This record gives sequence, C-alpha cells and structure tokens, in this order.
Amino acid sequence: MKPKYLPLTATIVIFVLSYALCVAQYPNILSTRVIGNLLTDNAFLGIAAVGMTFVILSGGIDLSIGSVIAFTGVFLAVVLENAAIHPLVAFAVALLIATLFGAVMGAIIHYLEMPAFIVTLAGMFLARGMAFVLSIDSIAIKHPFYGTLKGLYYKLPGGGRITLIGGLMLLVFGIGILIAHRTRFGTDVYALGGGTATAKLMGVPVGRTTIMIYALSGLLAGLSGIVFSLYTSAGYSLAAVGVELDAITAVVIGGTLLTGGSGFVAGTFIGILIQGLIQTYITFDGSLSSWWTKILIGLLLFAFILMQKGIVYVSRSERRHA
Amino acid sequence: MQTVGDNLLSATRIDKVFPGAKALDKVDFHLRRGEVHALLGENGAGKSTLVKCLTGAYRRDGGMILLDGVEVDPRDTFNAQKLGIGTVYQEVNLLPNLTVAENLFLGRQPRRFGFVDVRAMNHQARALLENYELDLDVTRALDSYSVAIHQVVAIARAVDLSGKVLILDEPTASLDAHEVEMLFRIVRRLKARGLGIVFITHFLEQVYEISDRITVLRNGQLVGTRDTATLERRDLISMMIGRELAAEIHSARKEPDVTGPVRYRFKDYGRKGHISPFDLDVRAGEVVGIAGLLGSGRTETAEILFGAHRADSGTAELGGKAVQLSSPRRAIVHRFGFCPEDRKTAGIVGDLSVRENIVLALQARRGWTRPISRTEQNRLADHYIRALDIRTVDREKPIRLLSGGNQQKAILARWLATEPEFLILDEPTRGIDVGAHAEIVRLIEGLREKGMSLMVISSEIEELVAYSTRIVVLRDRQHVASLEGERITADQIIEAIASANERGAA
Repeated sequence: MKPKYLPLTATIVIFVLSYALCVAQYPNILSTRVIGNLLTDNAFLGIAAVGMTFVILSGGIDLSIGSVIAFTGVFLAVVLENAAIHPLVAFAVALLIATLFGAVMGAIIHYLEMPAFIVTLAGMFLARGMAFVLSIDSIAIKHPFYGTLKGLYYKLPGGGRITLIGGLMLLVFGIGILIAHRTRFGTDVYALGGGTATAKLMGVPVGRTTIMIYALSGLLAGLSGIVFSLYTSAGYSLAAVGVELDAITAVVIGGTLLTGGSGFVAGTFIGILIQGLIQTYITFDGSLSSWWTKILIGLLLFAFILMQKGIVYVSRSERRHA
Repeated sequence: MQTVGDNLLSATRIDKVFPGAKALDKVDFHLRRGEVHALLGENGAGKSTLVKCLTGAYRRDGGMILLDGVEVDPRDTFNAQKLGIGTVYQEVNLLPNLTVAENLFLGRQPRRFGFVDVRAMNHQARALLENYELDLDVTRALDSYSVAIHQVVAIARAVDLSGKVLILDEPTASLDAHEVEMLFRIVRRLKARGLGIVFITHFLEQVYEISDRITVLRNGQLVGTRDTATLERRDLISMMIGRELAAEIHSARKEPDVTGPVRYRFKDYGRKGHISPFDLDVRAGEVVGIAGLLGSGRTETAEILFGAHRADSGTAELGGKAVQLSSPRRAIVHRFGFCPEDRKTAGIVGDLSVRENIVLALQARRGWTRPISRTEQNRLADHYIRALDIRTVDREKPIRLLSGGNQQKAILARWLATEPEFLILDEPTRGIDVGAHAEIVRLIEGLREKGMSLMVISSEIEELVAYSTRIVVLRDRQHVASLEGERITADQIIEAIASANERGAA
C-alpha cells in the first residue's frame, strides 16, 4: 500500500473497531436513529472541519473559526430579531461577511508574510469581540422559517433521520473531496503544504491560493455558524468556544499531517465520526463523566501524532533501501 | 568571431554588480543547438550568477541576450521558461508530497468539465516519461523515489515546459556512478533532439565525458571557451584557478621563511566519508595553504581539525601532549580559531552590531557567566576596527550593512580577539573586492610573522603561493602532495592537482 494511505487506513480501522466494541456493548448504537443523530449533532463541527482540512493541508492553521461561528449565530439572531428580512438573505450576508473575513486574513498572511497562527489568533479575538458588540445576551431565534428548515429531513429505514444540517454536512464533505482531489486549486493547496518556496518556483499562484484557502475556511465557518444557529435556535456570543481545536483534532485524527501537504478530506469525516462516537458511547453509558470524551480524544490525538512520526520514518527508510 | 546564426543562445557582455563586488564583468557566453556546454569555475567565479541572469532570476546590469537570434529579456524564471530556457537546480525544485504526474503537470493539468482529468494526466505523464527510459508508477508520491529519479522528473518537466535551452546546475552532485550514467544517457538523447544544454559541475571527469565545449569563468570574468576534445586537463585546471600572476608574485617573495618548532601534530587523522586519514604537522609561524579543486576535501580538512566533525581515526597532539578535539568548544579551549567559508550563513550575525559580532567568540569561550564589560567590548571593537581597517561609521552599525570585505575582516577580528594560536581560514578572500583582497593577504602575513600558526584554504592559487610556507594539495578527499620552499609555485601546484586528477580518472 502507498504510504500516504496508511494514516487514513489506520483511522478507518480504529473507527470500525471502536464502533464494533460499542455495538457489542450497546447493540442499539447500530440503529439508524443513532447514526442520524451522530450526523446532526456534529454537522456544524464537520462543516468547519472541512475548511480546516484545506488550511492544514496547505501548512497553515485557522484559529478563528469558533469565533466566526459564534459571530454568525449572533449576527443572524440580531438581524432576524430587528429587521424584517428573510433568513435566506441574512444567510447570504453572513456567508459573505465570513468569506471576506477569511480572505482578508489570507491576504495578511501572504502579503505581510505573517504566521497564520498569529493572524488567525487576532481574527479569533476580533470575531469574538464583534459578536459581543452585537449582543452579550443569548438571543433566541423564533423566525417561522427556522421551524420549517428544522422540519426537513430524510427518513431512513429503522426510524433514523438525516436532517437538513446532517445532509448539508455530507454534501460539504462530498464537495470538499471533489475540490481537494479534482481541481487545480486542490493540487495547489497540497503544493503549498509541500513547500511554499518550491510551489512558487513551480508556478503555483501562491498569493491567490492562500487567500482562497482562508476565504474557503471563512465561508465554511460561516456556513457552520448558520448550521449551529439552526441546531440551537439561538445566537450567543460565548457559543462555540474551542470549536477550532475540535476541528483541528478531527483533521489530525483523520490522518492529515499537521505540517501540511498530506492527508484527505474524507479522513476528516472519519475523525468527526470517531469524536461523535466516543460522545455517543458516553451518553449510552450514562455513568461516565463527559470529561472522558476529552481524555479519550486526547489519547487518540497523541497516538495519531506518534503514528504519523512513525510513518514518516518508515517511508524514509523504505526509500533508502529501494 | 561567431555569427549569431550558429547560436541558440547568445549572451554578450553581461554585467552584474553586487554591493561591494562585481559578480560578472562583460561575460560572453554562446550556446549552440545540440551541444552540451560545460560552464566551469571555482566557487564565486560567477557561474550561478551568469545562469541567474540568463534565467531572469537576477536582473543583469548590462549586456544583451539573444535566443534564436531574437533579443530577449527574461523578467523572471517563468518568463524565461515560456521563452524556452528551463533550469534544473542542484536541490531539485519539485514537491515530494505530490504524485509524479502532479509534479509534471502542476499548473497545467488536463481538465474535463472543469475538473482535473486524473486519468488523462497520468496517461500523459507515463507517455512523457517513456522518452526518458523511466517506467514509474506516476500515481505514487514523488518522495517514494530516489534523488536521481527526482532529477529526471525535473528535467522532463523543464524540457516539456521550455524545450530550447536546458540548464543543469550541479545535477550529479548527489548521484552515484550508475545514476550519473542514466542521467547522461538522457542528456545525450536531449542533445540529439537539438536542445542546447548548459552543464554546471565541478566533476572534471564528467565534463570530459559529456560536454562538447567548455566555458571557464574566474572572478566574474570570462577566461575562455574551448572545444573539450582539444583542451588538456592541465590547461583546463590552470584556466580555472589561474597562474598568470603566480610567477611575478613568487619572484617578489622574501628569503626562506623562519618557522618555529612543531606545535600541532596530527597523525592518521581522518573521518570516514569526509576525509581520508592524513598526517599533518603545523609549526609556529607557519601558513599551511590548502589547495585543491572544489569538493576535494578542503573544507572537510578544516572542519575535522576544528572538531566541527569528530575524527574517527588518528590522534592529535598539542606541544607533544595528546588532546581531544571532539567539538568546536574543545578546539576553542585549545586556542583554535576557524573562519568558515560561507560567512553569510556560518559567520556573521547580520542584525547584531559590528561590536557584538567581534566579541562573540571571546564571550563564548569565557562562558556566559562571565560577561565582558561594555568598556572592554568597546575597547576590543575599536582596537580591531582600527587594526584591520574595518570601514564602518561606528562600532554599533549592524554588520549586514557592511560590504563583503569588511564583514570578512570583522569575522577575522572575532577570532583574533580570542588570541588564537592556530587560525583556520576557509576562503577568506571569496566574494570581496580587489582592494580588500590585498589587505587580507597582508593581514595573514602579519599574523604569521607574529608567530601564529595558520591554515588557509583558497581557490586562488597565486594567493596561496604568495603567503604559504607550505602547501598541501588535496584530491578526492585525500592529501596527495605537500610542497615546501622552492617548490611552492603555481606550476607545481597545478601539476600536483592535475596529475592526481589523471590518476584518479584512470
């Protein structure tokens, strides 16, 4: 097998094994209801993690997405409460703001040659601060259109439901996979992750690609914010704290190298499912503290980082003996 | 005089000036269709500067470039590529994390309905590589293949993109004999297709094996262009390292030098893969010159003496007592000093002031628990700025703002401040202008007269002849000859390098 598929395969094996273990203990976990809920509950995280995958593949990081999610939620709540515009229009405006926000961060990272960590850290504080400026309270969204959207679902055999937001996440993952592997932009993202200087020498439009990557991450964070506001029916400026870290975790558990250049969008999907599965297991058990989720995720993350080091080492010595 | 029609690429009177040094001085270079043209010269001769001017990586300051008889002015490397000039650098510029096919077609992948047609791309990549005797799995990541394969893929990409002139900058530096053979088969095939190929290397055997003509540069000037078939190896070497001035300088030389007792004795000293074991005695008041072509083990000799690489065989004695030189720290304790070759990366700390750069090594030797007082620092800095005539407005100026020669003098001052007894200088006159050059040569002689032991590595043969009391000649990482007294002449040195070379080639 090609070494680049090893982390993805390991992720899938771990997912299947842990799923089997869960099912052995609680057969109900196999039901379509649980699966439907798994998708719905993790929809906002999954959508944001797709954007994060592109950022990390390019060798960068985006710490602002949790704040952008919160900002989008508060923005929608405030706008829908105070102005008589249709939610779809508000959605479009929110997506536009989030995309521009990401694009500006990308432009700063490229043109001012600043580390993505610092720029997006500033973006994180800025977006969170803007959310507070709009409102410090948790505002419920009562627009009837929200009720309509939440009522949309596809019924699976066995009583499970693929809700609108769960389905939207699947769609975003599908499109993400297509962009990563079937467009020139996608290859350019991998090229940046392989080395910016070399990519530039080979003719990759580094500036444009960087801006597009962070704009995409912003767009998906905005979309994630819309999904989150549908999921919670509210906007609150303290919501979604630390979601960027969960997204990074999903990307790394999904087998993407944190240094960039190697990984798969599909892996991130499995990473999301593993996180969701641990959560579900703990809910089923009922006696375990929810902090066990964090502990397990932490251990998994650590194991994956070690495994990636191991794979890099093995593939190097393999080439030496080739 | 050649007419333009013969030449695929014609560069005439190319000038390039860097602050403090003239990198290229009215250099002519003509490349014919279907020839392999070797571009030779020691480090700093201007080879890579010329290539960078041809490929638009540098803007030239004067001269004209004709490609196919049409004047061109490449703005950058892409522009040069579009015009037809492709380059493959020593450190291959490909992305190891992408597949072979993606590397070949990055930025111009075939598309269907707006999406990359991966099957078509892989198919085209396989077809392209068939011309290069390569049957690879083009869907594998490039880093699962060897450096030689990277080179070939880079060549395939460059030829496919540009297709007229191919510049190979040290392509064989990290290849083994078998891989070099494969690369040369490809080069011959491209030559047969009518490409003009510029080949930069420091392996003379390879030059004779593959090239049709040779152009030699020295100190940014054109020495000449010759047909390989009629150029003797010995003549080539003297073209590269020069000897015209040698006789003159040597005649100006004083009576036999007075040297003191043996101070350092290295026996059977060496390290596998770096430098073969050698014996070396260094006396007080002696300048040991190290001569040899690039890659012959000159720097390796210096590094092993200074402990930058640990010797794995032999012994070192200081004044009759055995010492361990296992690290530069240990060497500094024993009063060694070492000015490395590349002062930009291994010498100066650009943003620190002249004063800070000068006291750096002394402070390191004393340890950070015993800081040198500011008054003492100022005194040291002012002393050496005066003694070595370092041209700077004041001692607090960041050293990167100084010219190359003055930076070099500041590094010398750094080691002189530690009052070394054995000072190793690797290419102390590289990349500095003629005036500063002469001053550094005088400085070396002055230090010797004070009884210091010095070892100087230089590509400038007449310079070595001028100040060395003994010259060690290196070839293929071995010490092959030692010249003393009357035998120190440019002719003898060239003889030693060349005969060694012929033996090596046989």
